[in-house]
Amino acid sequence: MSSPLTTSIDAPVATRPLAARGFWGRALRHRSFVLGGALSLLVVVSALLSLVWTPWSPYEIDIASKLRPPSSAHWLGTDSFGRDIVSLLLAGARSTILVGIIAVSIGLSFGVCLGLMASAKRGWTEEIIMRFSDFTFAFPAVLSAIMLAAVAGPGMVTSIIAIGIFQIPTLTRLTRGSANAIWAREFVLAARASGKGAFRITIEHVLPNILSILIVQATIQFALAILAEAALSYLGLGTQPPQPSWGRMLNDAQTMLFQSPMLAVYPGAAIAIAVLGLNLLGDGLRDLLDPRLARER
Amino acid sequence: MADPASLIEVDNLGVRLNTSRGPAQAVRGVSFALKRGETLGLVGESGCGKSVTALSLMGLLPESAVVTGSVKLDGNELARLPDADYCKLRGNRISMIFQEPMTALNPMHTIGHQVAEPLRRHKRYSAAQARKEVIALLDRVGLPDPAKRIDAYPHQFSGGQRQRVTIAMALACEPDLLIADEPTTALDVTIQGQILDLIADLVEERGMSMILISHDLGVIAENVQRMMVMYGGTVVESGPTDEVFRRMGHPYTQGLFRARPKLGARKGTRLTTISGTVPELADLPVGCAFADRCPLAIDQCRAAMPPMIKVGAGHVVRCTRTDVSMAANVGALSA
Repeated sequence: MSSPLTTSIDAPVATRPLAARGFWGRALRHRSFVLGGALSLLVVVSALLSLVWTPWSPYEIDIASKLRPPSSAHWLGTDSFGRDIVSLLLAGARSTILVGIIAVSIGLSFGVCLGLMASAKRGWTEEIIMRFSDFTFAFPAVLSAIMLAAVAGPGMVTSIIAIGIFQIPTLTRLTRGSANAIWAREFVLAARASGKGAFRITIEHVLPNILSILIVQATIQFALAILAEAALSYLGLGTQPPQPSWGRMLNDAQTMLFQSPMLAVYPGAAIAIAVLGLNLLGDGLRDLLDPRLARER
Repeated sequence: MADPASLIEVDNLGVRLNTSRGPAQAVRGVSFALKRGETLGLVGESGCGKSVTALSLMGLLPESAVVTGSVKLDGNELARLPDADYCKLRGNRISMIFQEPMTALNPMHTIGHQVAEPLRRHKRYSAAQARKEVIALLDRVGLPDPAKRIDAYPHQFSGGQRQRVTIAMALACEPDLLIADEPTTALDVTIQGQILDLIADLVEERGMSMILISHDLGVIAENVQRMMVMYGGTVVESGPTDEVFRRMGHPYTQGLFRARPKLGARKGTRLTTISGTVPELADLPVGCAFADRCPLAIDQCRAAMPPMIKVGAGHVVRCTRTDVSMAANVGALSA
């Protein structure tokens, strides 16, 4: 019988046992974590780079040199206003990340608090919080952004708030679900038996135990926020001109789709890379932060 | 205080739980009193109400549970006490040791942190004070090299060592009452004895009262002064341990006694069992809960709950047929 046990004995012995290698040792051997990390880092570096340097100004309009093909001066060519595509992509990463970080922070801070509260209080509090989050969940980000834009006017802040609100119910549900599982564990009963109240148990026992789940979900929510930001900017509800954004670039490219289709491909690819990178990173983190999965790898 | 000798007085305790099968009367009419320094054993099969009784003393039942009757600690009523007030008692005056040392400790915190918790909470110790005390406690419960291991995490300990840690945690504030819910069930047989001896020593040394819950008659026989046998949420027999083991009155107690595996039995000998299963707590019969499994049951048993009948000094049995059941003289463990 060729059991997995035999194969593992025959297999060459690793230089060091897995546990001894630590988090980074394991992380660097995890393919999707490394790839996801590299792609996400690429986006972050682009955004940071655009703060100090872009090949051309992303705001400078030069109609004379519009729709140029890639050349040594403009590496990816220019758009219909003669703006340099590379510069626009670099600067667009900035608004993408800004919107993502702030929106996910809004979602996390409200969602986690509400979820923890629902799980600690149970009963009516839980019912009200969960029904309210169902209610919010029923509105797509685009719809709430349109409503918000109608009240406050379109812009980056509006889209950040709309995306942030859209993130809350998902995170509330996730937090409450995983927190309920922790509340049912015996060490929580033991903690209660030693006289701890619900608040202390939530902070000391529940939150640390669900943190890895939240970190993973946050990366995935970040990817969703990027998509939502692109969608809102494409609709003209998000980032406003002349502020560059990938969604706006797609919007501008739409009218030129038959003359220069590549104008739509570049921002599309940038969005895809960012989303793919964050999803892979989230997958990798999920594996790495789960000690059971780590041992099997 | 009405009776200064009585530390805890439970009177006609009833607990109704909401289960998926509807309301279940998990505990019915349980009464007992425990003096300071006295030890009491609770025996019974799973689902007979032992743990629910213990949790109701701790005030740790689910919100939906309905508690009736009274639980008094030093004459103060505990039943229906607000949770904030209960928090001051738990881990301070009443402590509990759980069955599964593998899960009763939080994997994210060091054992030192977890044992220090009740000290810092209830006694307002500083971090340094608590650390000193924790090392002393861990040393007392027999954890090797406590000064070094205080900063280790639960997964770095064996099951027996972890149970020692939970004992240290329960004893940190020198409680008046210790509730041990199957403290050795999850441990190796070789460790069981050590842990029980440790608990017994600590109980004697600190003059605590203890309620020991177990399904193992052997554990009860050796560790407590008085015992109560529970079945279907009620106490069916109670009395001094020696007395109960000498003359078991209830057919259920006798069944439990006969069902224990015996050393030296011939190979191939079948273990004796009690036929039938425990009744659903959601639909308990009107009469004696054990009637359907009882070899001696008569119509009268099914008609109404039998009263407690006194059969010896402090020894009571909830059975109408003690004349028949006790004629057989099951028990005689002392022989």
